[in-house]
Amino acid sequence: MSTDVVLELRGLRTRFGPERGGTVAVDGVSFALRRGRTTALVGESGSGKSVTALSIMGLIEPPGHVVAGEILLDGRDLRRAGAREFEGVRGSRIGMVFQDPLTSLNPVLTFGSQIAETIRAHEPISRAAAEQRAVRLLEHVGVVDAAARAQDYPHHFSGGMRQRALIAAAIACRPDIIIADEPTTALDVTVQATILRLLHDLQQEMHASLLLITHDLGVVAAMADDVLVMYAGRVVERADVDTLFHAPRHPYTRALLGCATGIEDDRRAPLQPIEGMPPDLRHPPPGCRFAPRCRHAVAACDAASPALQPFGAAHEVACHRAAEVLADA
Amino acid sequence: MDVPSDRVGVDGAAVAPPGEPRRPLSQRYWRLFAFLRDRTAVLAAVVLLAAALGAVFAPWLSAHDPYEADNLLRFAPPGTPGHLLGTDQQGRDMVARLLWGGRVSLLVGVVPTVLASIIGLALGMLAGYARGLLDQFVMRVLDVLLAFPMVLLAIAIAGVLTPGVTTEILAITVVLVPYVGRLARTATLGVVTMPYIEAARAAGGSSPVILARYVLPNVLSPIVVYATTLMGLMIVVGAGLSFLGLGVQPPVADWGTMVADGRVVLRRAPHVTVLPGVVILIVSLAFNFLGDGLRDALDPRTARR
Amino acid sequence: MPDALLSVEGLRKSFPGRGGGLSRRAVRAVADVSFHLRRGETLGLVGESGCGKSTLARLVLHLIAPDGGSVLIDGTPFTGASERQRRKLRRRLQIVFQDALSSLNPRMTVGVNIAEPMRLQGLGTPAERHDAARELLQLVGLRAGDAARYPHEFSGGQCQRIAIARALILHPDIVVFDEAVSALDVSIRSQILRLILDLQQRLGLSYIFISHDLGVVKRVADRIAVMYLGRIVEIGPAEDVVRNPQHPYTRALLRAIPIADPRRMRVQDLGLAAADVASQAPPAAGCAFQPRCTLRLAVCVQEVPPTVQVAPGHTAMCHHVAPGNALASRA
Repeated sequence: MSTDVVLELRGLRTRFGPERGGTVAVDGVSFALRRGRTTALVGESGSGKSVTALSIMGLIEPPGHVVAGEILLDGRDLRRAGAREFEGVRGSRIGMVFQDPLTSLNPVLTFGSQIAETIRAHEPISRAAAEQRAVRLLEHVGVVDAAARAQDYPHHFSGGMRQRALIAAAIACRPDIIIADEPTTALDVTVQATILRLLHDLQQEMHASLLLITHDLGVVAAMADDVLVMYAGRVVERADVDTLFHAPRHPYTRALLGCATGIEDDRRAPLQPIEGMPPDLRHPPPGCRFAPRCRHAVAACDAASPALQPFGAAHEVACHRAAEVLADA
Repeated sequence: MDVPSDRVGVDGAAVAPPGEPRRPLSQRYWRLFAFLRDRTAVLAAVVLLAAALGAVFAPWLSAHDPYEADNLLRFAPPGTPGHLLGTDQQGRDMVARLLWGGRVSLLVGVVPTVLASIIGLALGMLAGYARGLLDQFVMRVLDVLLAFPMVLLAIAIAGVLTPGVTTEILAITVVLVPYVGRLARTATLGVVTMPYIEAARAAGGSSPVILARYVLPNVLSPIVVYATTLMGLMIVVGAGLSFLGLGVQPPVADWGTMVADGRVVLRRAPHVTVLPGVVILIVSLAFNFLGDGLRDALDPRTARR
Repeated sequence: MPDALLSVEGLRKSFPGRGGGLSRRAVRAVADVSFHLRRGETLGLVGESGCGKSTLARLVLHLIAPDGGSVLIDGTPFTGASERQRRKLRRRLQIVFQDALSSLNPRMTVGVNIAEPMRLQGLGTPAERHDAARELLQLVGLRAGDAARYPHEFSGGQCQRIAIARALILHPDIVVFDEAVSALDVSIRSQILRLILDLQQRLGLSYIFISHDLGVVKRVADRIAVMYLGRIVEIGPAEDVVRNPQHPYTRALLRAIPIADPRRMRVQDLGLAAADVASQAPPAAGCAFQPRCTLRLAVCVQEVPPTVQVAPGHTAMCHHVAPGNALASRA
């Protein structure tokens, strides 16, 4: 692995509830985030993509626990670090942007003071200096008339403006990694475009690593350099964005691409949904977790769970039949 | 129906969870069974039923007259032959007094709460559903009533009428209506904005039908739970009124009065105070547990499995 | 429109503004909206949050009383009808909501929920209603036996199937889908979309399909209407509106949608409208979109643009497409 890896996950396993009868929401996820690149984590609800992000941030609350794996930041395992050290990392080395900007902002604090607090939590500077920097940050993320806006409260603002403020807080300490969990899902499409552009520009400018969690394949295609596809708690395919969209190998990835409804699709072309529902993670299927819904499933798929195996450079697929030609089109 | 009975080409088998749903009994009864599985609630119900039966059949269950004083046998401790739970300061049999006292206490606990729940539910639902001026009017009237301390208001009402059980019931009812009314209105406001109310209106449901079939069942359970909690409390409030001479008149005594009367001899004969106190405690707790059990049983989301 | 199954003429609705004091100005949620729906067609209604599309749906269904305008079903007045007539007309017009689970009464079984419109309309015996509900459950891809279960036992997609069954039990001519697939996951969404399209074919239904997602609307609609701050700013055949958009807002919307193909579109290619300028209140005069419009002219600030026909069945509400102002030459 090249030296520009900032964060590496090895066999992350996060469980909610007791060992027996609990739900393993993330089951053996490994990947690396590299400096200056955007990695998209794609999946449907319940796939474990958000839990993965929260695990990295150390924000899993009981009854949830990270039960196995390593979270290596510059080679140091965050799971072995103490709570204080972890807190120092959160916010300063890793910044996080959430889906709903309103609920993740404190309604009784002004924009400016919230951002200033984030800065003061990590750096020994005065309140006044921190608030000045907050105004500069708001300017930086495209908030017009930032000095005045810093004095306003979250409910005064549109969703797009709130998301900008949240992004300003996330980048306040110039983190190496930005994790954005469905940052535009709650926004209108015209606002989404501006927020995506902002995230992209900031990531480029800071040469940071952006982990973008989304269910929207359009957003993935626009933003990602690398893509991880998650299904039922596991990564099923990893590839660069072009390979993923143009030469996907995992049947789930292929089916998901078939489900996307784009403005260019022909109305008369038949819809090709994925039949069935994602598995109940309290009782996951014994073999491949996608097998019950997979058109290509064979006996082996129900027997054993496939591991990620490489197909060319930087392309990994967890499917027993990945080597065969998947002529499903 | 001219809907074709064959299936459209959508995959149902893969979508529905496996296994045909098993429902051994008609749906009408399964909530009852859900309730019966809740042991605490069942125990509470049994306790309350026993208390009620004891009150109703007091004359047959007790060998003694509750008002018959026996100066030769004052302060008999529990376990005295012929007086299972002893006697009080006037030598009256404690068993008899507890059974007869239950008649008043349960009446005062249950009847006003039920009456107030019905009135409060009606007012609250109407206010929450209609909104606007009617809402404002009803709620302001209830606010005025709420502004008085609960017991003070009851005293005022009971004071202007002739003392007695009927007066007590009336006073407590008036006191409780605003509490239930407010809760019912809040619950109604939460329900009327639900999309299923809109769906019912889109299907042609009229306001009375929607109130009866949609709003009522969905606001009923918080009210039932609240009412059962209030019943225990009202036994105590009723005792307070009696103590002030505004409720039942001596020698008739409810449990609360028994506690009050016994307090002067607490050192000499603690059982005179403690026994009715324990009965109040047990009955109040039973009402609370019954309320919790009913809430769970009334809601299909918690009742199953 | 003589052959229109549903005609909406000049529908208007304002709500009292929130907050006290000076800001308490009435908010015009729907301003002078007219359209029609032909038998068997799907009209897609697209717009961003706060554009009034959901209010419009509720006005059409008379769940909210309009301030003005009319709705006609097959030529019969619906808005102006008496309460009794309207109740009967409701059988022809049903709705499916976004939040499927909370659109079902949690205290009724699925079967009772589905049969409820029949009951509210006073149709059928309990046994008939029960049978009808079981039949519809199968029609939407669930099992007849599911009728005895409760809504919370089902997933989001299944709840939406149940809600669709309920909307169909009165044999309506028209079904309004208000963001009916927006809350669903991609793979489940396309299952429900296919069901909706299949049912239309089978039962000859007409749809009004409301969504913020132009991609989804494009997939199901014959015609698309684009709403912006209470008005339909462009309406026309789906293919025309997407391939040859006339209103600057439609263009901005189309340019902002990411295409799921990294070879054709990256984040740099996304069109950026002046999005954060958008306030929910339309400007006091002129075109509603002019504060955000890159093609603003003096006239746009002063006058509400006329509705201009740009092609057969394709109209836009913009000064630029008015005769003598060719937008095509500018863009």
